[in-house]
Order: sequence, then C-alpha cells, then structure tokens
Amino acid sequence: MGLEAVLQKEGFLTTTIDAVVGWARKSSVWPMPMGISCCAIEMIAAADPKYDIARFGSEVMRFSPRQSDLMIVAGTVTYKMAQVVRRIYDQMPEPKWVIAMGACTSSGGMYRSYSVVQGIDQFLPVDVYTAGCPPRPENLLNALMTIQEKIGKTRARDFQNRSLAELEHSQN
Amino acid sequence: MNTKELIIERVKEKFSESIEEISDFRDDLCFTIKKDQIVNLGKFLKEEPDLQFIMCKDVTAIDWATRKKRFTTVYHIYSFKLNYTLRLKSNIDDDPPTIETVSAVWQSANWYERETWDMYGIKFINHPDLRRIYMPEGFEHHPLKKDFPVLGIPGSLPLPNKAD
Repeated sequence: MGLEAVLQKEGFLTTTIDAVVGWARKSSVWPMPMGISCCAIEMIAAADPKYDIARFGSEVMRFSPRQSDLMIVAGTVTYKMAQVVRRIYDQMPEPKWVIAMGACTSSGGMYRSYSVVQGIDQFLPVDVYTAGCPPRPENLLNALMTIQEKIGKTRARDFQNRSLAELEHSQN
Repeated sequence: MNTKELIIERVKEKFSESIEEISDFRDDLCFTIKKDQIVNLGKFLKEEPDLQFIMCKDVTAIDWATRKKRFTTVYHIYSFKLNYTLRLKSNIDDDPPTIETVSAVWQSANWYERETWDMYGIKFINHPDLRRIYMPEGFEHHPLKKDFPVLGIPGSLPLPNKAD
C-alpha cells in the first residue's frame, strides 16, 4: 500500500519545485565511472547484487560523460592522465559532482612521486573524498549518500543562471 | 662443454680485446663490453649458429651518480636454442651519455631504448624513433637520474587549470 494507492482517488500533493527537483536529482545520480586503477574494481563491486548501488538510483553507469551527473574518479591520476580526466569532466553537462575515491585521488596516496598528481582537487572541484586504499564498496555508497544529501539541498534555479559564455568557457 | 663455457669461449674468440669483464654472479653470466663494440657483439650473439640469442628481453640503465663512468646500459638477451638468458653491460663515460642503438639487431630494443632515453637521458645513436615513451612530450628532465628529486620539479609537468 503505497502513496499511489491513496492518490488514485484523484488525490493531489502540494510541494515546492525545489523539493521535487532536488528529490529527482538526488534519486537519479548517473555516475561516470572514471576507473583508472584498482579502486575501479571496488567501484564495480558496488554495483553487484550484494552492495547494489541501484538502491540509490545510481546503477546507470554511463560510459559517456554527456549522460552523467557524477564523476567517480577511482584510481591513481598521473599528470598525463589529469589532462584526460579534466577533458572528460568538462564534457559532463551541469549540474555535476565529483567523488574522489580512495587515497590516490584524494592526496596521491602511497605514490608520493613525480608522476602522480598529489590530489585531484588541484584541478577538479571535489565534493566528497573517500578514505581507503581501495575503499570498500560500503564506503563508496556512503560517499554517494553524502552527495545525495548535498544535492538535496540544492535549489532548482542554482544551475540556471550561468551565462552562455561562462558555459562555453568551462567546456573548453 | 656446458652452455656457459660454450658462450664464454665463443665470445672470447672474437671479442677478447673489447671485453672488459666477465662475471658469473649467482649463476648469471654477464659480459661488460666497450661501448663501441656493443652492436658487433649483439650481432654476433644473435647470428652465431651455435648461440642464436634472437630475443632481447630488456634494455635498461644504471645511474651510478658518483662514478667517473656515470651510466651503465644493461641488455638482457635470450637464446631459445640454449634456453639461456645472458646479460650484457656497457659503461658510458661521455656527457651527455651516448651509445650506439641495438634496435637494428633486435627490433624489440626500439621501445626499450626509448624508455631508457626517457628515464636516464641516454642518447641512442642511429635510433629510428628516439622519442619519450612515458613522460609527456615537452618534459625536459629524466626522472630516474639520481639528481632528479623524487617529488619532481614543481611546474615541470602541466596541470589543467582548476575548474569552477
């Protein structure tokens, strides 16, 4: 017996656009799986029946950035790869969020070396950092829930007022 | 005659003048040869019917930092006929370091030498395509040299600007 059964008799709900849009946004976060190294295996595990990322509406792993809302950067980002990650991020339509999954993406992790970027926040706006090397799937799901909380607080008009010039700038 | 003795004898017959050292450490046979003879030795080891070292498994280098001959190039070659892996070494004393390429003898050495160039800055003369292989084009340093800092040189590798 759900809400739809009660509303069958021509019932209606009152709410705000912000609440509906926020609820819709946070319940259908489509991830762009930026699986670069071992964290990707745990990210894949989060999609299996045991952990089931579908419970959060995020089972639609889009391998095209143009259909994604959330970039999960899962793995060591080298300086050479940073250019690629940024290019893919730029192709994602607004609004968009980023999870830095694992120690490498958050801080360079054990790769304290000349070739590895010491934290992707040097070139991407990270919303949630996930600890672990690699983080367990629960941890990734926790990050996703944190993102959902954050998305729930956004207002519908938050992403509407960007000028075309500004958008074009971010795409290049 | 066992395999090792055969190889040593054949090499000594032809290259006794240019062999600097023959070492046999923990059952690994290794020839150190003057650097102007490395291609000739490689060709000989590959084409001699009794030896047939037709496979080059690795080319790398060592940076000794303080030695007068600062760099040593190391080649690992393999003979299917003898089922034997042999190591060749060559000390380089010039600055910047150069040595003749062996990619004309073993095709596989092409990329190994690119890697060695990228990491150590050793120039392989007559190499058909001596470009960087790991580091981005335009990078000016050679990271595995001992005087290169582990964390790199700030600003030497470009990062994208921070997105808003």
